[in-house]
Amino acid sequence: MRKVLFIILAGFIWGVSVSDIYAAKKITLLNVSYDPTRELYEEYNKIFIKHWQKKTGEAVEIYQSHGGSGKQARGVIDGLDADIVTLALAYDIDSIAERSGLIAANWQQRLPQKSAPYTSTIVLLVRKGNPKNIKDWDDLAKPGILVVTPNPKTSGGARWNYLAAWGYALYKWNNDQAKAQEFLKAIYKNVAVLDSGARGSTTTFVERGIGDVLISWENEAYLAVKELGLDKLEIIIPSVTILAEPPVAAVDRNVSRHGTIQVVDEYLRYLYSEEGQEIAAKNYYRPRSETVAKRYQDQFKPVKLFTIDEIFGGWQKAQKTHFADKGTFDQIYQ
Amino acid sequence: MIKLLKTKSTLPGFHIAFGYTIFYLGLIVLIPLSMLFAKTSTMGFGEFWSVVTHPRTLAALRLSFGASLIAGLINVVFGFLIAWVLARYRFPGKKIVDAFVDFPFALPTAVTGIALTALYSQNGWIGKHLYALGIESAYSPLGITLALIFIGLPFVVRTVEPVLQELDVELEDAAASLGANRWQTFTKVLFPNVVPALITGFTLAFARAIGEYGSVIFIAGNMPGKTEIAPLLIMTKLEQYDYSGAAAIAVVMLIVSFTLLSATNFLQWFFSKKIGMN
Amino acid sequence: MATRTENPWIRRTLIGIALLYLGLFIFLPLVVVFYTGLSKGLAVYFQSFSDPAALSAIRLTVLTALIAVPLNLVFGIAASWAIAKFDFWGKNLLTTLIDLPLSVSPVISGLIFILLFGAQGAFGPWLMDHGIKVIFAPPAIILATIFVTFPMVARELIPVMKAQGNEEEEAALTLGASGFQTFWRITLPNIKWGLLYGVILCNARAMGEFGAVSVVSGHIRGQTNTLPLHIEILYNEYNFTAAFAAASLLALLALVTLFLKSIVEYRYRAELKAAVRTENV
Repeated sequence: MRKVLFIILAGFIWGVSVSDIYAAKKITLLNVSYDPTRELYEEYNKIFIKHWQKKTGEAVEIYQSHGGSGKQARGVIDGLDADIVTLALAYDIDSIAERSGLIAANWQQRLPQKSAPYTSTIVLLVRKGNPKNIKDWDDLAKPGILVVTPNPKTSGGARWNYLAAWGYALYKWNNDQAKAQEFLKAIYKNVAVLDSGARGSTTTFVERGIGDVLISWENEAYLAVKELGLDKLEIIIPSVTILAEPPVAAVDRNVSRHGTIQVVDEYLRYLYSEEGQEIAAKNYYRPRSETVAKRYQDQFKPVKLFTIDEIFGGWQKAQKTHFADKGTFDQIYQ
Repeated sequence: MIKLLKTKSTLPGFHIAFGYTIFYLGLIVLIPLSMLFAKTSTMGFGEFWSVVTHPRTLAALRLSFGASLIAGLINVVFGFLIAWVLARYRFPGKKIVDAFVDFPFALPTAVTGIALTALYSQNGWIGKHLYALGIESAYSPLGITLALIFIGLPFVVRTVEPVLQELDVELEDAAASLGANRWQTFTKVLFPNVVPALITGFTLAFARAIGEYGSVIFIAGNMPGKTEIAPLLIMTKLEQYDYSGAAAIAVVMLIVSFTLLSATNFLQWFFSKKIGMN
Repeated sequence: MATRTENPWIRRTLIGIALLYLGLFIFLPLVVVFYTGLSKGLAVYFQSFSDPAALSAIRLTVLTALIAVPLNLVFGIAASWAIAKFDFWGKNLLTTLIDLPLSVSPVISGLIFILLFGAQGAFGPWLMDHGIKVIFAPPAIILATIFVTFPMVARELIPVMKAQGNEEEEAALTLGASGFQTFWRITLPNIKWGLLYGVILCNARAMGEFGAVSVVSGHIRGQTNTLPLHIEILYNEYNFTAAFAAASLLALLALVTLFLKSIVEYRYRAELKAAVRTENV
């Protein structure tokens, strides 16, 4: 009996003492991000730690949390103690600002290029040889095609997917919103699995072999191809698609409470530096820097892009029309 | 006050044990659970009703209850058969098989989830044969049911097995000596005695299945209205800042769980009384 | 005699069906876990445990179980003492309430702690103002685990204590032993196997809980991931080998649990039976 007690006690002490959970001496940052950025920030954190060490001599430790963008925003609102949010779309950071007041309302103006240090776009990923001959958005609406995309209610990537298809429809049918909705309805009728995050959808499509086409972030599609080989997958760039601008921001109130203002500011600004841009490009995000973009021009094919502001009048409006309760997505899924 | 509660027993420590039980129960279970009702009460009945009767909610509840029901029934059949084999027959390796029945209970649900998904998906060991026959085993209601069968089996076996073991063999002898054949003995003598245990086992498996999350979400496909289970809908509502919506569905599920649990406790009490009288 | 059992071939068929069913539905998933975990060789398998994120997840899992299990153990003893040794009004209701967490969906078990401690929740703002981290931190993970494993010791102890009856304790008390001595010397030795049985089950569930913990964890790598959550993350990163390697660790835990459980069960049943026998005498 005593031995057992001793072992329990020893294990307990070990558990508490080794856990760095409450050892708050070092500066620690928490970057709450969305699904496909795991690899990007893992790499970026490494060079930033070096950069900050060189600049100030301070050691900094950076933790990451990933999930669907909307889900992550909800976490921050509920008390997930993030210093930095790097989410899939501006609306999610807006809603943190709006619902919790943790972030100043003007956050998007604080950093260059609407606080989006890198961009991406939405592409189609098909199986090798393109057996269903998918060339453009139209093909997704054809009967018998199985489409994989995440749930726009929880996933930021899914919302970009949805709006990309919608924007294409508007181009094709001369801004006829009703036609666009019909088109989206046809696509979503073909959806085989609706995961809650972009990463889940990629797993479903790639590893589990479900579906004929995955609507995906460009970076996510490249990553899947890199992980699983060009002999299995093929990336199709549609004729028109959306310019996705995933934004970043400091969570002001948490940052001032933690006393991490300088390091967080540098973390965000360093993303725009040549080094930061290089890492973004290496991880298949389109860099903002012209020089880095030139070096990676083979990787990022030119494509006709529209922005959310042009076609949808910004995220607030798009969210309300399409993804809020009784929005077009709900109507499609009735 | 507490004196009134307690009937006489000379043992000490009732106050402290009872007091601590109530305190800890309140702190860990009742206060947190009451938050659900508090949250739901902020939303007025009309709103509550519209959340609960929303087609998507109804579809999720129907799926959760339907799949749990089917899984429970399958487990009743095979659980009974396994319990019978374990209680009545001898064969090599029986002890290991007997211990192994509890495996689903001991295996963490996330592990169950990824293992079953790997097994039943299109390129999985079992899935590829099913898909070849045109049966979608993963990401479909069938996949959900398969996961629920997995987690529910021990509940049925473990409630039925002891009853079968303790059934008086003399009863069977008597039936046999009165000229009943084996099948008659089984249906007229054995089976009626096992029914209460089967019902209890079914209820336990069913109650566990309707709330199950971890083992199901990996294999479910999660399509609103098609393969979205009720616990996932709660999760989705939560992720969309819809706290009261999440709480409302949770309240409905909680009431069902509580009713089922009370029913099992009542059944057990009822049957133990009945057996006691005999 | 022949009427007391079935034809050999019926018997064999039934055994065959039972084994086939168990093999297909229960055993094959276990095989898949180890097969996939080891599919890239032992080196890769063991490498996946040296990852700091995996180590931290293991540590948090162990820590959680080390706090949750003893607390529920103490509760289990208190509750079973009150319920088994005394009669009082509302006992059935109390038993049902104690069992309640087992049939609450894990998602709900997590949700209630968000409603309680989340920044928008009942106590969230107060905790935030005082700089106490509960939600998306180990305390919430531990609380949610305590909730889901709440009845697991109590429900094993109540039948043993009931079966033991009160006579031995009463005799000790008449002989002048103090209440505590009676408990330590008489009751505890009588229920020790039941106790152990409950602890084993409680521990298995505490280490393996997924749904409830997932809701309150925040999924911070190296900080608030338990082993089951770590598996989900690896799985979502296409890192199937590592995911299944970590899963195999938990599967191993399940097997150890089963092994210990069957050993203890043997003693536990004896304890129950012995108790029933002395009661009948």
